[in-house]
Amino acid sequence: METPHITAERIREYLQHGKRFDGRKDDEFREIEIETGISNKAEGSARVKIGNTEVIVGVKMDVAEPYPDSPNKGNLMVTAELLPLSSSRFESGPPSIESIELARIIDRMVRESKFINLEELCIKEGEKVWNIFIDIYSMNADGNLLDAAGIGAIVALKNSRIPKYDKKEEKVVHGEWTNDKIPTKKEIPLSITVHKIGEHFIVDPTQEEEDISETRVTVGSHEGVIYSMQKGDHVALSVEDFEKILDLLEKVWKILYSKISKDLK
Amino acid sequence: MTKDNFKRPDGRKIEEIRKMKAKVGVVKNADGSAMFSFGDTIAIAAVYGPKKMHPAHLVNLEKGTLRYNYNMLSFSVTERIRPGPSRRSQEISKISQWALEPVVMIDKFPGTVIDVHVSIIQANASTRCAGINAAALALAHAGIPMKNLVSSVSIGKLDKQLVVDVSKDEEDWEEGEGATDIPITMTPEGKITHIQLDGKIETKQLKEAIKMAKKACKEIYEVQKKALKESLEVED
Repeated sequence: METPHITAERIREYLQHGKRFDGRKDDEFREIEIETGISNKAEGSARVKIGNTEVIVGVKMDVAEPYPDSPNKGNLMVTAELLPLSSSRFESGPPSIESIELARIIDRMVRESKFINLEELCIKEGEKVWNIFIDIYSMNADGNLLDAAGIGAIVALKNSRIPKYDKKEEKVVHGEWTNDKIPTKKEIPLSITVHKIGEHFIVDPTQEEEDISETRVTVGSHEGVIYSMQKGDHVALSVEDFEKILDLLEKVWKILYSKISKDLK
Repeated sequence: MTKDNFKRPDGRKIEEIRKMKAKVGVVKNADGSAMFSFGDTIAIAAVYGPKKMHPAHLVNLEKGTLRYNYNMLSFSVTERIRPGPSRRSQEISKISQWALEPVVMIDKFPGTVIDVHVSIIQANASTRCAGINAAALALAHAGIPMKNLVSSVSIGKLDKQLVVDVSKDEEDWEEGEGATDIPITMTPEGKITHIQLDGKIETKQLKEAIKMAKKACKEIYEVQKKALKESLEVED
């Protein structure tokens, strides 16, 4: 928590009057900017800016043995680094719990929604399958890295090409690509987080707002169908509040989806 | 000095640097930041500080500390690298710090640390040089007192031919004597603040390589200066 007390008080006071510092409504996102193909060695990549928050996400693939419990499925791995470059709050060193949680929330959204058809990424059952690595990096942290990361992951996956594979040598030809896309469903999952501050529920917090958030709920969903969820932070929620959050999420999902659907073609 | 039949893989002239881009102020949270690219190689640098040094036993009361952290994004190269520090990245961080220290007046900030974080978001060789060029700009943008900027370039020797600003294809050169890679960093006065070498080269030709580096660094310096000036115009 690095937002000063007095600022926190003022944010709460504003919310009482249905206002936020930057003039947004409670359920309103900051401006979203999406750019693809930002790193040309990656199979797919995206830069997502939400206000001053910026993440970049890259997808890489290689071929490995499948896990024993899924011999006919490709593997998915999501990592996140909260780069010290992106905020004075982040330090070099082993992954922080924040970065681990972020990666795992996005992992579950992608995995549980079955957005990637992992069966199609099997080359030889029990022996060779594709690995998909989604790596997320924060470039400027100003609140809501979670939702930026989720959008980045989906957009990067959508524009990924599968590398060439030499069947004889059973090796990936790195740096050369097929025209094949990663097989994905047309139902796009989005990960959206609602924060509770006092009696108010807001989306897309700035850093200051995120600092005074009492609890948050992140939901990965598509048109009201929920695939993944996580409640973060230590304040308890009443069932009524929780239901309010779910309704808000459904509403925000539609707005967000319509905003970014052109980038998901 | 060019052999008639010598051609660079991307068709560049011997002393031609790839298209350079430089921009300051790319990371809003940082006290200073910059992007620098040589063609497909893109580096982003962010400076935080001067600030209190942690942990306390690293505090230097005589002068401040410059700390450099070079980081290659996992997907910036053809074969994914594991996120996080490696032996290679830690060494590059150290030599980059040494490359900058002669121009950064850290003695003005005793007991503090200035953190320079560099991320390579897309790599096509010469990443440490792009990183140092971005870092020098970011430090200047942060308003850290500096005697001057530094500029960095890699000189390559492909078989027997010297070239400026080595690309990945050139780094992997196998014909004849193969590839020699010589990243060099210089002050605008032509002082060397960093040099490394991998490969095989005679003393006489190395002297020639340094001359080429000096000329190339001048060109890079102009690009850096222009980026700094542009940032002032915008902020006015």
